[in-house]
Amino acid sequence: MRRIHLLFVVLLLTLVGLSVAYYKYSALGFPLTPDRETETWTVEAQIAVNPGTAPASVRFALPSNPPHYTLLDEGFVSRGWGLTTQSSDRQREAVWTKRNPEGNQTLYYQATVYRDQEEIEASPYPGPAAPPELEEPLKSAAESFVEEIRAGSADIQTFATLLVKEVNASRPDENIAAFLKPDATETERTRLAISLLAIARIPARMSHGVMLTDEGRNLGPTTWLEVHNSRRWVPIDPRSGAVGYPRQFLVWWHGDQPALATSGLQDVELTFATTRNLRDAVETAQLQSSIAESRLMDFSLLDLPIDAQNTYRVLLLVPLGALIIVLLRNLIGIRTFGTFMPVLIALSFRETQLVGGVVLFTLIVALGLAIRFYLERLKLLLVPRLAAVVIVVILLMVLISIVSHRLGLDIGLSVGLFPMVILAMTIERVSIVWEEHGPGDAMAQAAGSLVVAALAYLVMVNTYVTHIFFVFPELLLVVLAFTLLVGRYTGYRLTELFRFRAFKTLAQAHRPDPPTNDRSGDNR
Amino acid sequence: MAINWPISPRRLKELGVLGMNQRNGEFIAEMNARRYYPLVDDKLLTKELAEEAGLHVPKLYGVISTTHEIRQLAKLVGIHEDFVIKPANGAGGDGILVIDGKQSHEPLIYRKSSGMAIGMDAMALHISNILAGAYSLGGRPDVAMIEYRVKFSPLFEKISFQGVPDIRTIVYRGYPVMAMVRLPTTQSDGKANLHQGAIGAGVDMAGGQTLDGVAHNRHVTHHPDTREPISGVDIPGWQSLLEMAAKCSDMTGLGYLGVDVVLDRDLGPLILELNARPGLSIQVANGEGLRHRIDRTDRHVDHLLRDETPAERAAWSREHLAPMNL
Repeated sequence: MRRIHLLFVVLLLTLVGLSVAYYKYSALGFPLTPDRETETWTVEAQIAVNPGTAPASVRFALPSNPPHYTLLDEGFVSRGWGLTTQSSDRQREAVWTKRNPEGNQTLYYQATVYRDQEEIEASPYPGPAAPPELEEPLKSAAESFVEEIRAGSADIQTFATLLVKEVNASRPDENIAAFLKPDATETERTRLAISLLAIARIPARMSHGVMLTDEGRNLGPTTWLEVHNSRRWVPIDPRSGAVGYPRQFLVWWHGDQPALATSGLQDVELTFATTRNLRDAVETAQLQSSIAESRLMDFSLLDLPIDAQNTYRVLLLVPLGALIIVLLRNLIGIRTFGTFMPVLIALSFRETQLVGGVVLFTLIVALGLAIRFYLERLKLLLVPRLAAVVIVVILLMVLISIVSHRLGLDIGLSVGLFPMVILAMTIERVSIVWEEHGPGDAMAQAAGSLVVAALAYLVMVNTYVTHIFFVFPELLLVVLAFTLLVGRYTGYRLTELFRFRAFKTLAQAHRPDPPTNDRSGDNR
Repeated sequence: MAINWPISPRRLKELGVLGMNQRNGEFIAEMNARRYYPLVDDKLLTKELAEEAGLHVPKLYGVISTTHEIRQLAKLVGIHEDFVIKPANGAGGDGILVIDGKQSHEPLIYRKSSGMAIGMDAMALHISNILAGAYSLGGRPDVAMIEYRVKFSPLFEKISFQGVPDIRTIVYRGYPVMAMVRLPTTQSDGKANLHQGAIGAGVDMAGGQTLDGVAHNRHVTHHPDTREPISGVDIPGWQSLLEMAAKCSDMTGLGYLGVDVVLDRDLGPLILELNARPGLSIQVANGEGLRHRIDRTDRHVDHLLRDETPAERAAWSREHLAPMNL
């Protein structure tokens, strides 16, 4: 019964721990390994305005839910301007206003984006496009042109591609030539393509965006064409007819209108600047999940102040060290001083490094032990003796630091990082075991403690382990489950297989006795 | 020399050898309620209980529980030739000071069991260390007991070196299941502690006769100092000794208990101390695992219609838990 209960608890803890971690990994994108960086882009829109004397207002379209990209962060810099943001239909915009602006000014909008989806999201079909009203003979020309394209295409996408290619051809179809001035701009050509698509009742729209380039300066917006294939908007390059957006194209706004609408301004100029950043993957995932409003992240360590975070980075490793102690003591059977003293020693090794830590620790304990034995001769009472050992330990630490600094060995400086109470307690315990059970036992236990501390250190200092437990603290539930499981282990410890090896021969000595031998003892 | 390979866990299980984890998890945790621990951990309490139950213990000369009382020490011990000072809550025999005899009256100087002289000052210091908790578990403040020094019976004289040999019996659910004699050696410095090199000799449950022993987990047939064979020594009054052990179990309410008894030359068997976490070396000393004997006791107890008296239990153990041939 108790066993089933325990197994149930263990299973539950493991399940909860693993599933929360898996969710954070797969859905929120928290990385399993440290040092993973994701590429993010910072896009800055600079709006240089030259206002007159009248009250000025600037409406600026903002990117909202751009295909392929997620907006991680945004900010506005506009000193002295009133700022509101509003959403209408599918377009977000910022509105800057100022009653009496003076001189040239620049408004800034900065967004951090991150490419996270390969697919373009599906969107509802807006209904067939209304055909433009055209006069004859333009109407017949357009219709026969559309008919011609339709004959050569298979579906909406190929139709649009072919159409765009024709519109951009160096020697356009004669039916098209009537619509197109030879020096038509890209926007005009795109506009034409949209009207022609409308004749075929295909919904199409213009989109504008920025090509993200590292250290890009003075970039202008680029126009693109989107046709709806009844499932989603498919981007078509209005110059080549190629399907899809380039990898680093950030769609800013949709529709056949400029991004800026101003009033009361003499002059306005919009340019974009872009930079590529490598950002810690954890940070990106954190931002992303806060945008996704994941409730889970309300309980994240990553929101704590940095110094608290650093404390937990260390603290979260203590359970792991405790688990190692449990394994080494209950499964292997190594004897140590104190139960969790090795974990504390291991924590201080984090600061001193392993070899230096072991050397310094051994040095201080050995010197302290010598002093302790001397104090023994003075017949001091227990508490004053402990206090004396602490004082001597600190003096030794100071001495070691100074001497090693003189010798140019920086490692000696880190001796101050050892918790000196731990050192004093270790010295006291070693000396008691030494007196009561002999130096052999004392050395064995001291060596055991150091081995356990070193192992715990090696696990705890591993960057993967540190990272995993800090980013996925729920995995401690799994550690807890495992510890509970070991808590019910009643099998032999590894060292007992050595301790009881006399049974290999002893058991034979106790094989069935001859029947005549009614009193045991003699031939054993 | 051939490498002494470890034994396989399967074989160990077959032999019914109890491991530390199993002892802690299945016996100590299940059979020994924590609230009874003070009864055995506090030797003063054990002594009182045992006296109430009519069991023989070394006589208590006095207790020193505050630093203030140390001044009374000379008055307290002055009338005794020899005595033992021990912490009431000492762990593993730590902090025990054995005084063999008086060396001079004025000033009062005694002789330790090692032969070294010890003055009242040193003795007072030892007691204040006991009071400060130097020998107790977790360094808790403790009290010092001064009691009768056991004049050990010449029975084990040939197979022990200095010190006091004692008889450890494991009592399971009130039934003595296994016993061993712990014989001090030069190596163990006269202490009956197996960790320090004392010899553990198994005891035949049926007749109370010693078997071969182990030292440092190795099989030995002769005492290393006296070179006498270890096996074949008859322990007198075996039945009553087992009865005493069985009574200790009733008195403390512990289902898995180690009872340490010494044989006094004049007073017979005396209970020295009880242990709620008895060690596992007794199995090596007897060349047999505890498990089979425990299982047999379980089967017996589960089919009992009434509780048996200590005498009946001791008799049952002698009859049924003699070496179980494998």
